[in-house]
Amino acid sequence: MTVARFWRDIPSRYNLYGTRCDSCDKVYFPVRHICPGCRRSSIGRMQRHRLSGKGRVHSFSVVHDAPPHMSSLKPYAVAIVEMDEGVKVTGQLVDVDIGEIDIGMGVEAVLRKIGEEGQDGIIHYGFKFAPRLD
Amino acid sequence: MREVAVIGIGVTQFGELWDHSFRQVGIQAGLEAVYDANLSGSEIDAMYIGNMSSGRFIDQHHIGALIADYSGMASHNVPSTRIEAAGASGSLAFRQGVMAVASGMHDVVVVGGAEKMTDVSDDQSNFILNSAADQQWESMMGATFASLHAMIARRYMHEGYATREQIASVAVKNHLHGAMNPKAQFQRAIKLDAVLRSPIVADPLTMFDCSPISDGAAAVVLCPLEKAYEYTDNPVKVLGTGQASDTLALYQRDDICSFNATKVATRMALEIADVTINDIDLVEVHDDYTISELLALEDMGFFPRGKAGEAVESGETEITGSIPVNTSGGLKARGNPIGATGVAQIVEIVAQLRGDADKRQVKDASVGMAQSIGGTGSTAVISILGAI
Ligand SMILES: [Zn+2]
Repeated sequence: MTVARFWRDIPSRYNLYGTRCDSCDKVYFPVRHICPGCRRSSIGRMQRHRLSGKGRVHSFSVVHDAPPHMSSLKPYAVAIVEMDEGVKVTGQLVDVDIGEIDIGMGVEAVLRKIGEEGQDGIIHYGFKFAPRLD
Repeated sequence: MREVAVIGIGVTQFGELWDHSFRQVGIQAGLEAVYDANLSGSEIDAMYIGNMSSGRFIDQHHIGALIADYSGMASHNVPSTRIEAAGASGSLAFRQGVMAVASGMHDVVVVGGAEKMTDVSDDQSNFILNSAADQQWESMMGATFASLHAMIARRYMHEGYATREQIASVAVKNHLHGAMNPKAQFQRAIKLDAVLRSPIVADPLTMFDCSPISDGAAAVVLCPLEKAYEYTDNPVKVLGTGQASDTLALYQRDDICSFNATKVATRMALEIADVTINDIDLVEVHDDYTISELLALEDMGFFPRGKAGEAVESGETEITGSIPVNTSGGLKARGNPIGATGVAQIVEIVAQLRGDADKRQVKDASVGMAQSIGGTGSTAVISILGAI
């Protein structure tokens, strides 16, 4: 992914910025400009909304067959996390023994390196999920 | 709108066709279909080609013109259009062809589907397939296409809809059918244990839960029903089609154990065809992963939620069962050259409805259905065909 393409998403990738529809209060991630529920009446009423970062594992998989740029990590765990705000997000699970992961497990977002760009080694950061202590 | 008939079918061997180029497989299927329809070629008014990613698999875009050219249609200047919707590319090309004939815009239309996947490494191929998902918010976050289906499977088991063994039994059944299909990539039966013990791709799914990387092509010829007997004495009628979209990313859905696009497209197609799900004698579904077949059968309404696994395990979906599913071997055993897959489903249904399916023949088959998916249920296409 090019630097510019990555850079445009930084607010969402670093700080989990999504949007909240002022019309129906539903939260979306990543940013949407139109609420799929309210459509026309949501235009101009979509507010920037930062997710709390806390949620629960809705489902997960341990990836053994990964594309070349991910292969140094395998096996690694990826999950769909249901955030406390109700919206779901996909991300890797880290700082956890793979055998300990379960559906319903409490997790929170942590900022980590999520990729590297070619020979120049430009590092991309973004959120992953780690077990929640509380 | 005019009624539409399928008057010719063709399909290549599916598999790792090292000695065949994209052009060769594409043309081979097309010519077979054209000969089957007893056409000389000059009758063809338009072509629609399903193809997912020739740009990344073989560095070639502009597939419409390429296929028209190498099938000898360039000298007739036949309009040729490439259609892309990831795994649903072929079925969507079919639907576009049906619409073109039904509308009266064209009379004789060739619909093809082709993909040449083995000119790149398996790693590269899987990387390209990941682009059917949301590149920014799924693939880049570490989710592979297989792992998205693995997450569906895990949640599905968590909800108590099926056991791991029931999910795996889809692969066993489809290999059983593939063993009877001389064009299938895998023509041998496998045991349940082989599925469970094959290498893990994305836990809980193993290699045998996943459709293979394949080369291949398929084609059909369409014309108005009223003209069909000018070309053939065994036309098959297109009773109805449906198409629906959903969010690109799986995580955006409230329920990841069901594809709403399949439900909506099914309702649309049944209504147009004026039949109910109970009238369907056989169905080809998009088993890109074993779990996908269970979702398909429940979303289409063949079984209630949580009952498809049990049905597959008990043999109800075998050729001799109450509703034969994927008699061709499905994507799992017949093979899954992405762009060709949806068209190959139509080829199988037509062969069955004509009574030409040899060892795989379903007795008294008169109405057949095909379900095709792009991404994780982001596009669904349904086609219903009937014997005349
Ligand atoms: Zn809204």
